[in-house]
Amino acid sequence: MELNALYNQIIVENSRAPQNRRKVEDATIALEGVNPSCGDDIVLELRVKEGVIEDAGFTGDGCAISQASASLMIDLVKGRTVEDARELLHLFFGMIKGEVADETRLEELEDAVALQGVSHMPARVKCAVLAWHTLEEALDGKQPQELRL
Amino acid sequence: MNELQKQFPILTVPENGKRLIYLDNAATTQKPLSVLKAVEDYYRQDNANPHRGVYELGVRATDAHENARVAVARFLHAAPEELIFTQNTSEGLNLVAYSYGLEFLKAGDEIALSVAEHHSNLVPWQRVAKATGAKLVYFYPGPDGRLSEEELDRKITDRTRLVAIAQVSNVLGLEAPVASVVRRARAVGAVVVLDCAQSAPHLPVDVKALDVDFAAFSGHKLYAPMGVGALYGKKALLEKMPPFLSGGDMIASVHEQSVSYAEIPRCFEAGTRNVGGEVGLEAAIRFMDSLGWEQIQAHEKALTARALKGLAAIPHITVYGEPVPEERCGVISFNVDGVHPHDTATILDASGIAVRAGHHCAQPLMEFLGITACARASFAVYNTEEDVDAFLSSVEQVRRWMGLGT
Repeated sequence: MELNALYNQIIVENSRAPQNRRKVEDATIALEGVNPSCGDDIVLELRVKEGVIEDAGFTGDGCAISQASASLMIDLVKGRTVEDARELLHLFFGMIKGEVADETRLEELEDAVALQGVSHMPARVKCAVLAWHTLEEALDGKQPQELRL
Repeated sequence: MNELQKQFPILTVPENGKRLIYLDNAATTQKPLSVLKAVEDYYRQDNANPHRGVYELGVRATDAHENARVAVARFLHAAPEELIFTQNTSEGLNLVAYSYGLEFLKAGDEIALSVAEHHSNLVPWQRVAKATGAKLVYFYPGPDGRLSEEELDRKITDRTRLVAIAQVSNVLGLEAPVASVVRRARAVGAVVVLDCAQSAPHLPVDVKALDVDFAAFSGHKLYAPMGVGALYGKKALLEKMPPFLSGGDMIASVHEQSVSYAEIPRCFEAGTRNVGGEVGLEAAIRFMDSLGWEQIQAHEKALTARALKGLAAIPHITVYGEPVPEERCGVISFNVDGVHPHDTATILDASGIAVRAGHHCAQPLMEFLGITACARASFAVYNTEEDVDAFLSSVEQVRRWMGLGT
């Protein structure tokens, strides 16, 4: 395993980047995403109006991969239509699964392409996709699960 | 590679092109050849369904099952009739929760347990509390990770009917004051359920001397195959408990509208058992006997002391629980400032070092400590000083990889 490919400058910097780590004013959707086996836990907030993701932010805690991934995803989808965002989600999942490796296509993912190294690391895939799955579920209208005893 | 390591086939195969340095022994241990061979021999030579066939092979399978029970009972200083084979610690604790907790606890009763419990010794009690109306009361450790006598006094009261506690925390690695817990439980008439998952691999467990009512452990954390473990229960309690799982082999006779159950412990062992695993567990106990507790403990304490001393010398490291090697059971949980433990574990993995990162199935303890996760290195008999030194030098590199200086 090449640590350089995984912990590249974009990921290391974005894992601590503050710009998307915030609550969203007048959010229309808030959804928690959790990796139960490891405790990565984020809350994604979106303001979606007339089919456009006007604003997005996240709060939470997790490894550098999950946190950088959330921030890079928000950079990518903010201001896009829901439809465009869904296409980008599928492209990202394709990259992480190793199914899409074509560089020209992956350019659409902008800086999120820095997470491609994860495609060779099954143990960290769930960290990389946490935010993206949460966004997918949020756009699908999934409701938060209630805590219970 | 030393002679002991050579007995573990997995340690002889490179991992990521490097020698495997396996420091996730608190999750599960690797298996020696003697255990692998015992399981294979059982299936090659003695396999049939125990307690069923009258043919010679069936008798050998029954003997394998019952001889393993005698060996495991002796390991815990229990009588064989008080020893129930389970899949693992979780199943043992669930058996107690369902067959004792649901049957004998009621609204207003209290279940006392430590906030440091593994989810296996916590979630079953949440379910018992919900079903019976009993209340969960938590012990909280002090800043050193220990339970004080005052805390036990405060929480074990006339309302306490059951105390569930791990003999050794799988995160902090410290031994719980079991004698103090049992003394107080006796005084108020509560039963004590001891989770030995993390203690049985590292120290002799004598259920009679401890005078606990139930004790559960997993084979796979002490060199045995996965899928086999045991539960000890005091005879007088087991005899008044209803079965947990029901079906084949746990009955005396069955009629259309009625049933009578087998004697203990068979009434708690429904269905075909994991006899291959039980034989493997017996072999694992023989393997530990061949080393002896004195050697096992001296070795693991020496490695723990070396690791704690080394970690103390590295800046930006937090170790959870008092760093006293003499009182630690081969477990060190830690974090590197500014770095999530998953990243720490991935960076160590690149050097062939396997450590656990996450909440260690102890989320309430994580919340109590004010963290979401930590990294954990844990030792077994086959680890060496060289392993510890490789671990320490890799930990030293973590912050640099994450762009946090040298």
